[in-house]
Amino acid sequence: MTKKKHETPMLDELQGGKWPSFVDGLKRLANDEDKQYSGMMNDLLGQLEHSYETKLGYWKGGTVSVFGYGGGVIPRFSQVAEDYPESSEFHTLRVQPPAGMHYNTELLRSMCDIWEEHGSGLIALHGQSGDIMFQGCTTEKVQPAFDALNEIGLDMGGAGPALRTSMSCVGHARCEQSCYDEVRAHRTIINAFLDEMHRPALPYKFKFKFSGCANDCVNAIHRADFAVIGTWRDDMKVDQEEVKKYVAEAGRKYTIDNVITRCPTNALSLNDDDTLEVDNPSCVRCMHCLNVMNKALSPGDDKGVTILIGGKRSLKIGDQMGTVVVPFLKLESDEDYEKLEEMAENVIDFFAENALEHERIGETIDRIGLTNFLDGVGIGIDPNMVSHPRTNSYVDTSKWDQEAAKWLERKADNSAKTAAE
Amino acid sequence: MTDTHVEPRRADETGVPDPFPYMHPVLKKNYGNWKWHDRLRPGVLHHVSHDNDEVWTVRAGTQRQMDVHTIRTLCDIADMRAEGHVRFTTRSNIEFMVSKEEMVAPLIEALEAEGFPIGGTGNSVSMISHTQGWLHCDIPGTDASGVVKSLMDDLHQEFVTEEMPNRVRITTSCCQINCGGQGDIAINVQYTKPPVIDHDAVANVCERPAVVARCPVAAIRPALVNGKPSLEVDEQKCICCGACYAPCPPMQINSEESTKIAIWVGGKHSNARTKPTFHKLAVAGLPNNPPHWPEVSEVVKKILYAYKENGRDWERLGEWIERIGWPRFFELADIPFTRFHIDDFRGARESLNASAHIHF
Repeated sequence: MTKKKHETPMLDELQGGKWPSFVDGLKRLANDEDKQYSGMMNDLLGQLEHSYETKLGYWKGGTVSVFGYGGGVIPRFSQVAEDYPESSEFHTLRVQPPAGMHYNTELLRSMCDIWEEHGSGLIALHGQSGDIMFQGCTTEKVQPAFDALNEIGLDMGGAGPALRTSMSCVGHARCEQSCYDEVRAHRTIINAFLDEMHRPALPYKFKFKFSGCANDCVNAIHRADFAVIGTWRDDMKVDQEEVKKYVAEAGRKYTIDNVITRCPTNALSLNDDDTLEVDNPSCVRCMHCLNVMNKALSPGDDKGVTILIGGKRSLKIGDQMGTVVVPFLKLESDEDYEKLEEMAENVIDFFAENALEHERIGETIDRIGLTNFLDGVGIGIDPNMVSHPRTNSYVDTSKWDQEAAKWLERKADNSAKTAAE
Repeated sequence: MTDTHVEPRRADETGVPDPFPYMHPVLKKNYGNWKWHDRLRPGVLHHVSHDNDEVWTVRAGTQRQMDVHTIRTLCDIADMRAEGHVRFTTRSNIEFMVSKEEMVAPLIEALEAEGFPIGGTGNSVSMISHTQGWLHCDIPGTDASGVVKSLMDDLHQEFVTEEMPNRVRITTSCCQINCGGQGDIAINVQYTKPPVIDHDAVANVCERPAVVARCPVAAIRPALVNGKPSLEVDEQKCICCGACYAPCPPMQINSEESTKIAIWVGGKHSNARTKPTFHKLAVAGLPNNPPHWPEVSEVVKKILYAYKENGRDWERLGEWIERIGWPRFFELADIPFTRFHIDDFRGARESLNASAHIHF
C-alpha cells in the first residue's frame, strides 16, 4: 500500500537550481515504495519540513552502540515521533574511510547495497571529522548494518570523548608537494590507538590530522589536537631553467609582485638574468612560491614533519590553533614512524591523565602552560615554538644558569650528532 | 522471534582501511613520485610524475548528503567513462582519475548530463564545508544542507570558473561551536538571547555540575525553582553562546526569532604567505530564513564580489582585507561597523590597534 507522502513545500523549493539537490535524493528514497526505508524517509522529510517551518531541531541523543564497542554510533531519537513515527530512530554510523578517501566503485556499491538493506539509503561523504556517515538507522538495525560494513573491511569511527576518525590529504598519492607518506602515518597512528576510539575513555575528543605540506589541505592546524604537517629542512630545489621560462611567460613585474615580494620572510630575490636566488635559512617553508612556480620549485630532500598540538573549535574558550611542539621530525624510516607513534602515545597518555573532563588538550596547555606540557611529554624546548619570547617580566628566573646550561648541553649534543652523521 | 538468542558477532577491529586496493593504478604506481601539475581548465587537474606518467583528474561538486541512487550514478559514470576509481576531497567534491587525456571530455559530458558541476579547483569558490543542521544534529540553530544548497545555486558560476584572486573556502556552522570550521567566509549561527529554561525537566535530564562547568562566563548556578532542583542563568553575564544547551536540552537556546546568522571573514588554513588565520566578524543579526536564506546570500555575494573586484592575485580574502584595511573593507562590502565588532572576550586587546597605523 502506498503511504501518503508528507507535503514539503519549503523543501520542494530546494529541488530546482544548478547545484545537486539533497532534497531530490531524500525524495527518491521516500518514493522507493518497495524498499524497507521508504516510510522512514517519508517521515524524515516530514520532520525536516517541520523544522523548516518552526526553525527548530527535533533530535535528541541517547545511547546506542554495537557489540564490543562503546562509540561510533550517533544516536538520534525524534522528539516529534508521534507525528513522524517511522523516523523516530534515525541513528548515524560513523565509519572510517580508506586513508585519503580513495574508493573503487565496487566498494561504493557494496556500501550502497548494505545501507539499502539495513539503513535509510542516505550516506554523507564525508563528515567534518572525515567519517563516512551512514545516516538513518533504527536501533535494531545498527548491529546488522555494522556487521555487514565490517565484513567488507570497514571499521567504526570515533564519537564522544575518544580518539576520533582522522583525515589525511591526497598527498603522496597525487601531489608533488607531499613531504611524507601520509597514508602510512595516518594508519600507523590511528590503528595503534583503536582502543581509544572504540571504547571512549578520554577526558574529551582527540583528533589527529595529516597534511603533506604547509598548504594544510585537511585543515590540521585549526582542527586537530595533533596536527602533522609535512616539511623539509634542507634547501628547496630550484630548476633555474623552469624559473626563466616562468618569468618569460608571466613577466618580470608579475613575478616580482606575486612571487618575490609575497615571500613572508623576504627570502627570495630575482636575479638580473631571471634566475632565482633563495636565502634558504630564512625560508619558513610556507609553500607560496612552490605553489605559484610549480614546475620550477620543489621541496628539498631532507623531509619530515612539524607537529602542532592543541587546535580546536569554539567550545568553550574560543577557537584555537595548534602550537608547534616538534619543529622537525624526520619521517622516512621504520624507526622514524615508531618515533612518531611513541610521541603520539605520550601525548594521548598525558591528555588522559591530566586533562579535566570536557577539556581539549589545547585548553590543558592554556591552563598549565606550554613548558609544563613539554616536561610532561618529554619534549625539549625550542625557539621555533614561540612567535616571540615573552614580553612581560613577571617570571621567576632564579634558575637561569641551570636552564642556560641545559640549552648549551643540548646544543653540544646536537653538533656531536651532526658531526657523527 | 524474540526467543532466538544469537551470539552477537565480534567486530574485526581493522581500523583505517588500507587505501591501496581502491586507489587508481597510476596513483598507486607513482605513490610519492609526483613532479608537477597544471590545470587544463577549471575542474581538471593534470599531474606528471618523475617517470613521466600522467594522470588527469576531473573534480565535480556533490550534495554531500547522497542517496544510494546518486552514489550509484556516480559509480556508473566512473565505470563507463572513467577507470572505476574515485576519491573525495575534504569539501565533499568527488574526483575521477583517468590515465588518458581523451577520456576527460566524455567524462565531463557524462557528469554534467547528470547535473554534477565541474570545478572547485584553483581560484574558484569550492563546495561549502558544512555540518548537519536540522537533518541530524541534536543542537542545531539552523539547517546546513539547505543553506549550502541555496548558496551553491547562487555561486554555481564561481565554482565552475577560476576567476577569484585566490581560492575561496566558505564554511557554515549550525551552532556557535563552529563545527564547520574556519573559512574565508563563514556563515554561522549566532544566538541572541539567554536560554529559556524548562525547570520541570532540568533535574531529570541534566547533570547540573557539568552544565555549570560548561559556561564560558560562569553565568549558570544551581537553584531551586518551584521546589525542584534546577539551574538559573545570570542574564547580565550570559553571552548567549549556547554552550549549556548541548549538555542540558531543557535550556533551549533557539527560537524562531532569536536564532540569527552571522557572517565572518578572513579565515585561512594554509600557511602560504601568512600564517593560518581565524575568521573575523563581518555581519551579525541576519534572519534565519529558510528555505533560501536570501539575506545571507546577499551579504555573502557583496563580500565575495568586493573581493573579486578589488583583491590582487594570490591574496586570500583575509589578506586582501589586511592590505586595504578594515575601514575600507566595511565600505567596499557595504557593511555597518558596530560596537559588536570590537572584541571584549578574554585576550581581546590583542585584536586592538596599538599603533599609529591608520587607514584613510
